[in-house]
Order: sequence, then C-alpha cells, then structure tokens
Amino acid sequence: MDGTPLLQLRSITKSFGSVQALSDVDFAVQSGEVMALVGDNGAGKSTLVKCIAGTHSPDSGEILFEGNEVQIHGPKDAAKLGIEVVYQDLALCDNLDVVQNMYLGREAHDRLQRLKEPIMEQRTAETLKSLAVTTISSIRQPVATLSGGQRQSVAVAKAVQWNSKLVILDEPTAALGVAQTEQVLALVRRLAEQGLAVVIISHNLHDVFETATRITVLRLGRNVGLFEREKTTPNEVVHAITAGVPTKVSGITPTAGATS
Amino acid sequence: MTTADVVGQDQPAPPAEETPAGLPGLYRRALDNVKSGNLGVLPIALGIVFIVVFFSFKATNFFTGNNFDNIIIQMAGTAMLAYGVVFVLLLGEIDLSISYVAGIGALTVAELQLAGSSHHINGLLAMVVAVAICAAIGGLQGSIVAFVGVPSFVVTLAGFLIWQGVILQVLEQPGSIIIQDRWINYTASYFFSDEAGWIIAAVITAIYAVTVLGSVLGKRRAGIAIGNPGLVIAKLVGVAVASFGTVAICNHARVPHGLPLAGVLVVIFLVVLTFLAKRTTFGRHVYAVGGNAEAARRAGINVARIRILVFMISGAMAAIGGIILAANVNSVDLNFGGGTLLLNSIAAAVIGGVSLFGGRGEVRAAFLGALVIATVSNGLNTAGYQTGVIYVVTGVILLLAVTLDTIARRLQVRSGR
Repeated sequence: MDGTPLLQLRSITKSFGSVQALSDVDFAVQSGEVMALVGDNGAGKSTLVKCIAGTHSPDSGEILFEGNEVQIHGPKDAAKLGIEVVYQDLALCDNLDVVQNMYLGREAHDRLQRLKEPIMEQRTAETLKSLAVTTISSIRQPVATLSGGQRQSVAVAKAVQWNSKLVILDEPTAALGVAQTEQVLALVRRLAEQGLAVVIISHNLHDVFETATRITVLRLGRNVGLFEREKTTPNEVVHAITAGVPTKVSGITPTAGATS
Repeated sequence: MTTADVVGQDQPAPPAEETPAGLPGLYRRALDNVKSGNLGVLPIALGIVFIVVFFSFKATNFFTGNNFDNIIIQMAGTAMLAYGVVFVLLLGEIDLSISYVAGIGALTVAELQLAGSSHHINGLLAMVVAVAICAAIGGLQGSIVAFVGVPSFVVTLAGFLIWQGVILQVLEQPGSIIIQDRWINYTASYFFSDEAGWIIAAVITAIYAVTVLGSVLGKRRAGIAIGNPGLVIAKLVGVAVASFGTVAICNHARVPHGLPLAGVLVVIFLVVLTFLAKRTTFGRHVYAVGGNAEAARRAGINVARIRILVFMISGAMAAIGGIILAANVNSVDLNFGGGTLLLNSIAAAVIGGVSLFGGRGEVRAAFLGALVIATVSNGLNTAGYQTGVIYVVTGVILLLAVTLDTIARRLQVRSGR
C-alpha cells in the first residue's frame, strides 16, 4: 500500500436550509482496513455516507478516490467507481431468491433480454463460497425464508461481487441476534482481509471494537476524533461521541488522546 | 450443515437455516415451497379435477365435446383480461378499468370493421389498432400512477367511469354494432379440424418438452443441481395429457366441431407471457418492484418505466379479451364490459394464487383461475341452477382460495426472519 487513502473526503460541508449537517468534515479510508464511523443520532453519519454514495452532493469540499478528485452524482456514479452501500433493511426483495437478489438490476442476459440463469446461479455460489457464507442451504430459496444474519450476508455479498473497492455498511447488525452478529462481523473482517476498504456505521461499540482498524467519531456534524482501535478504549470513544470537542483532523494522524 | 446433520434429525431446528439433508427431495421441495408461501399448482389442479368429476355426475350434458368447447370459449375472454391482472397485481397495484378498456377495444374493432363507413379497414388491422389504443390507455393510466403518485385504485376507478361513459356515449344512437368481419369473429368461432387439433397438441407438448430439456441441459453445463427428475417428468406428462385430452374431447363435439381457436390463443398468450415474466429481465424487474420497490430502485431499476409498461400490458390484454368476448356474441352493445367481467378477471388471478400484495404469483394462475370460474359457472348452468347460485359459489371459491393464500403467507412470515 502506498499510503494514499482509497477514498478521502476533505472539508466536506453540507447544510439543509438553516441546518448545518456537516461542517468541515474530513474522512479517509485505506484499502484493506475497516474504518468505523460512529456518532450519536444527528451527528452527520448518514449525511456523510449519502455524500459518498451520491445521494447528496456536498456544498463544498472535495472527494478524492484513488488520489483523483471525483464528482459523485448518484448511486450509478458511485457503483462505477467501485463504491457500494449496504443499507440496513432496504437492500433485498423478500420474494426473490438469493441468486435473483444478488443480480438484481444487473441480471446477466443476452441480446433478447433473456436471463442467463445458469451463469448467475454458478457465480452466486462462487461469490458466497469466497466469502465463506456457508449457512445458506439453497441459493434458490426466497430471501424471506432466510434468517437475519443470512439476509445481511447476502446483502453484503451482493455489494462486493461487482469488483467493488469500497463497501459501506449502514448498521449491519442492528436487527441481529448474538450468533448472527458474529457471523456478519466475521464477514466484515474477511472483506478487509481480501483487500477491500470497508466503512462500518454502527451505534454498537462492541461491533466497532470487534472489527474496526480505525474509528472516526463525528459529533454535531464535526470531526471530534480519529482513533486507532489498538490504542484506544471504548470509554475514550464514548467520551468523544458524547462530549468530544471539534478537532480539525487532517489525514491519518490520530488526535484526541491517542498518539501514533 | 455439518452440525445440522447431527442435531437436525429429531429436534426442530430453526427452519430453512439448518434443514436436515436426509429428507427425500420431492417432499423437501414441497416443504420449501409451502414455507415460502408458494403452494404451486397442486391445490387448484386438484380443484379443477374435482369440479369436472362433480359436474360430470351432476349434469348429463356436462362432459361432452360441445360443452368443453363452450367452456373454452367462455373462459377465453376472462383469461386474457386476467393475464393482464397478474402483471398488475405482481406490482402490488390494481387495475379496475380493464373491463371497460376491453369494451373500448371491442368498440374500436366494431367501428373499424363497419362496412360502408368512411373508416372501414381490414379486420386484422382493426384488431391491431384496438390493441394499440388500449395499450396507450393503459400507458396513460400507468403514467399517472408512476409519475404523479396517485394510487392505482383511484386512477383506474376513474378510468372505469370514463371508459364506460365513452362506450355509452358512442353507442347511445345505434344501441349496438353487429360485427360481421370474419377475422374478428374467428377469434371466438373458428374451430380447427381434427388433424390440425392433434398437430397443435403435439406442438404444445413439444415446445414444453424442449423448454424443460433446454433448462436442464443449461444447468448441467453449468454444473448446477437439477431439480427433481420425477417432478419434471410428472409435469411433462401432465401437459401432454391436458393438451391431447382437450383435443380428443373437442374432436368429439358435433357442431361446432374441433378445437376452438380461442383456446389456442389463450395457450399462446400463456406461454408468451410466462416467458416474459420468468425468463426476461423485464419480468424479473416486475417481481422485484412488487417485492420491494425501494430495493429495486436502489438496484438501479427504473421503477416508473416498469409500472407504465405493466399498465400497458394490462390495457393490451384487456383489448384482446374484449375482442374475443365481442366476437363470441358477434356484437358490441351498451352493456359491454359490465356485469361480472371485471371482478371475474381479478378473481381468476387471485384464485390461481396471485397475491394482492405484490411480488408473488404466476401467469398460469390467470389461466387456471379463469378455467375454474368458467367451469363452475358452466357446470351450475348445465345442472339447471340460476345466476344467483353461480355468484354465490364463485364467491365461496374466491374466499377459499384467498384464505389458503393468506395462511401460506403467514407460514412464510413465521419461517423467515
């Protein structure tokens, strides 16, 4: 790794009317790391993700992807760059089976728009296998019959199978039980091991400390901390979330207590 | 799976997640289907057999070639409308305008075939024009639903009134228009010769066999598990028996004699629309939008386009059904599109197992549902019952079918998540 972050956001500002959702926010993530994005409700996490995904465009600031400045104007632009977002409950169609969901909107088809089912089924099986998602007994069963953890696994697999470089997970364990949470967190770690950049948004510090390499904390739309997991404690992070003082963080230099 | 194999044998493990591998394939598949709320064709197929056997004993003229011809022609119009209903219901929408859009289709062909009028054109061309007009009507209604966001119930309820009004207005003076064009009338009154009937049955069976074989070979080439071979063969035999059996019975009819063209049209549209729904990207997107419109939108599917196209299909199928219904009585009158046509068409799709909540159902549901409704109404008629009884029985069947569907759905919810 050459040290250039895969994705870097500089001085992002975004306001909705008189509400300043993000002010002068920096954010960066490297390939092969899990970056946690934490903060209380209204801290600006979702807005920041929406700026990356192209749902919102920032009022000012710049977005660099692989060192080049980019403009992201919608989910399609983001997908073209290799950025995929997994939203907690909105990613899958319950009535479709695993294969159909994996290829939703990007079905393999011939010139007559006929579906190429065998290819899709084969590749789905390969993708799930490469991610070590082994609990799904049949990839031809409707997603409605899967457990929460399995559904989340499918949603993640769907996001990463398109040669994506950055995967953003929005509260991936919010509705899951203990065993299924472990299942999904293991999957998140595997993604990073395979060289993807992963951003995980979570309220749950247990999840964050289980998976993240670094932790970005937002509070009231500002950066209040950037921690390395190994050199911090949950208490320190909680303190930043609830009472952190805005600190302009530049690049990857950790502040707010931790020294590198 | 490794642990499930050990513990899953006797204790009820979490469903679907750790299914015991030892169960026989067929039973396992049936169980999966029931769990996912998909009961398949079995209940309705058994229902149809029961109805046929029941009325064969109840009424002496029921199990005759001529009466089978009658049933086929009676179901044809409803089935065509119901095909369109299936697509609309798959989206989780409703189209209440179809019966009077069918009326507009029938009125259009009737006007265009009027010999001696300034706008007289060939009957075949007239049918194409009628279908195009009704598809445009559907497209207009669909656009209002998709772009403005007015609920389809309201848009098509307005359509129901508007198109009924148009029919009343146009037919106020003549009262009715007689259809004399032979091409138009053929849709309900052309009967194939014995030989042609047999050839058609063979072709239908062959097409089905080739399709099934093609999909099995494709799966084998890709090294994917093939479905239960016993089930595949059973379905193939079922299709062969149904098509050859129908031709055999129709060929025993006196006058009119042979397989009706209307029946062949119904099967052609069944095949084409099933292909559209299950084997094309468009069909896949229809199911996706009906299942979770927001997920479909985020997956890059143009939801508005899908909605409009589906309402266009609904309009086009209504026109085709309307033409057959008009051809059956050789005329269009003031009452065309009224009565039970709308509700029977929707009931047909629902009886066949299409969910009103979107995303679940098959095109064949319309075929089977229309067959049930036509057979019951014909059987009760033949046995000497009045219209009132027919309505009551049809209503009870609808209620039973939807109850079954709802129970299946509840099982699905319980087994998932």
